[in-house]
Amino acid sequence: MSSLASCVEVTRRFGTFTAVNRVNLEVGPGEIVGLLGANGAGKTTLIRMLLGLLSTSEGDVTLFGEPPSRQTRRRIGYVPQGLGLYDDLSPAENLEFSEAVFGPGATPLPDELRSYGRELVGSLPLGVQRRIAFAQALSHHPDLLMLDEPTSGVDPLGRARLWETIAEAADGGAGVLVTTHYMEEAHECGRLVVMAAGRVVAEGTAAEIIGGRQVVAVEAASWSAAFNALESAGLQVALAGRGLRVPGADPAEVRRSLGDLPAVVREVPATLEERFFELTEQAAASEAA
Amino acid sequence: MTSEWGAENLYVSYGKIVALDGVSLSAPPGQVTAVVGGDGAGKSTLLRCLAGALAPDSGIVRRPDKHRLGYLPASSGIYPDLTVAENLDFRAVGYGMPARLARERAAEYLERAGLTSAAGRLAGQLSGGMRQKLAVIAAMLHHPELVVLDEPTTGVDPVSRSGLWWLIARAAAEGCAIVMATTYLDEAERCSSVLVLDGGTMIASGTAEDIVAAMPGSLRPAVAKPDGDAARRAWRRAGQWRVWDPGGAKAGQGERQGGDPITPDLQDAVTVAALAWGGAA
Repeated sequence: MSSLASCVEVTRRFGTFTAVNRVNLEVGPGEIVGLLGANGAGKTTLIRMLLGLLSTSEGDVTLFGEPPSRQTRRRIGYVPQGLGLYDDLSPAENLEFSEAVFGPGATPLPDELRSYGRELVGSLPLGVQRRIAFAQALSHHPDLLMLDEPTSGVDPLGRARLWETIAEAADGGAGVLVTTHYMEEAHECGRLVVMAAGRVVAEGTAAEIIGGRQVVAVEAASWSAAFNALESAGLQVALAGRGLRVPGADPAEVRRSLGDLPAVVREVPATLEERFFELTEQAAASEAA
Repeated sequence: MTSEWGAENLYVSYGKIVALDGVSLSAPPGQVTAVVGGDGAGKSTLLRCLAGALAPDSGIVRRPDKHRLGYLPASSGIYPDLTVAENLDFRAVGYGMPARLARERAAEYLERAGLTSAAGRLAGQLSGGMRQKLAVIAAMLHHPELVVLDEPTTGVDPVSRSGLWWLIARAAAEGCAIVMATTYLDEAERCSSVLVLDGGTMIASGTAEDIVAAMPGSLRPAVAKPDGDAARRAWRRAGQWRVWDPGGAKAGQGERQGGDPITPDLQDAVTVAALAWGGAA
C-alpha cells in the first residue's frame, strides 16, 4: 500500500524531555486512522511534525513519499481544535482566502453555508463555524485530512453529519488522521493508534485493542453504599449509570469488600476507555521504572 | 410537590430568541442528572437558572440557598492569578467554612484529583484538565446539597476526565444532587437520568433505558445512503448506514422488511429525537 503519511522510528526531544519516542505510523488512501492519547502523550508533537511545523530529532517523516514541505502542505486539509477561521471575515471570504493560499480549483461554499452571506464568522453559532472549517479544509480536495478533535461541542445528529463528510472524503480516496479524547468518536475510525508517554502502546481496531479484556461490574441496591465500601477497600471505582465498575479488580475481592451489601457482581467486557486507561497506566509505570 | 431540587416549565428568551421553551428537570439527592445538547441547545441557560445566576421569564426553580449550592459556570470561575490552594481558600471563606475543615477537604480532594503537587502553582498556569478539576473541587468543597456543573469535561483529556468523574461520584455518594451539562452521550450514559435539549426544547428525558424504549419507529441497516426523502433520516455510524423508519416495527416485533431492525442505543435514540424534532418524520 502506498502511504500518504508515514513516520518511521520518529523521535522528538525538547531538551532532556522526549515527547515522541520511536513512533511508527502509516496513513493510507481511504483510511480513517484515530490517534488516541491523554494530554502529554505526544499527539500534538506528532501532528506538528506531520504538518512540517516541527523537525524530528531522529527518524523520518514522509508525506506522499517526500519530506514535509510547502508543496506537501498544499495537499493536506487541516482542521485545528480552534477551527482556524478568521472571525472578522465572512464564510465566503474565509474560503476565498484559503483559495488564494492553496491555488484555484476550490469547491465553492455549500449552499446551506452560503445563506450566511456577509455575516462575520465570529458572530455565527459554533456548529456553523465548524461546518465552514470543514468546507474550507476540504475545498482544495486534499489527499490527506488532519482533524484535531473534530466534533467537540457538537450534538449527536450534527456529529453524525460531520462524520458523514469525513467518511465521504475517505471513500473518495483521501487518508484521514483524527485525534480525539472521546471513545465514541474512536469507534468511527477504521484503525486506532494509542499513544502514551510518547510511544505507540497499541494499534488496531477497537475490538483488537480491547482484546477480550473484562472488568468487574457491580449492580447494588444502593450504589452509594457500594461506592463507599469499595472506596474504603482501596479499589478504583467508577460510576456507570446506577451501577459501578471496578477495573483491574478481582471479582472475589470486590464481593468480599462489599461485605453483606446486596449486590450482583459479575465480569463484563471492558470498554475501549477502560482499556485505554490500563494502557496509559502501564506506560506511566514503565516510564517511572 | 416533592422536596427535590429542580425546575418546572422554564421559559427564557433573549430578545427574539427563545433559549428555553417549557423545560423541566428534577435533581434527586445522590444522583447525577445529565443535560445533553450541542452548542446553543440551551444547556447553559438551564444551568444558570438552576444556580440562580439567571431569573427565568416564567417557571419555578427549586434550589437550596447559596451556601448549600455549588456552581461551576462555563467560564470555570477560577482566579488565574491565585495559586490552586489560594483559590480553594478564597472559596471556603465565601462558603463560610471553618478553616480547618476547609483545609482537610481541600487536601483530600486535591490528592484524589492528582493535584497535590500543583497546590502552589498559579491556577492560570495549569493545563485545561487540571484547571477543570480545580474548578469542580471549588464548586463542591462545602458539601453542597445541589451542585450544578456546566460542561466540566469538555475538552478535558480522558485521564483528567476520570479524576473529575471520581469527584462527581464521591459527592453523589454523599447524597449531593448533581446536574451536569455535557455534549457527550457516553458520559450521559453514566448518569442516573438524562435530559436532552435541542433549540431550547426538551426532546427526550428519563433514564438512558427510558429514552431508548421511547424511541418511535425502528432503525434498519442499509448498504448505502438511501435516495430521496429517506436520506434525511439516514446517518452513518461506525462505518454502517442506518435509516430511521418513523412507522416501523421495533426490533423483535412485527414483520421484517429489508434487513433486521437494529437494536438502538442512547446515541441512536437521541439522533432520532433530533430528526423528529427537526421535522424529518
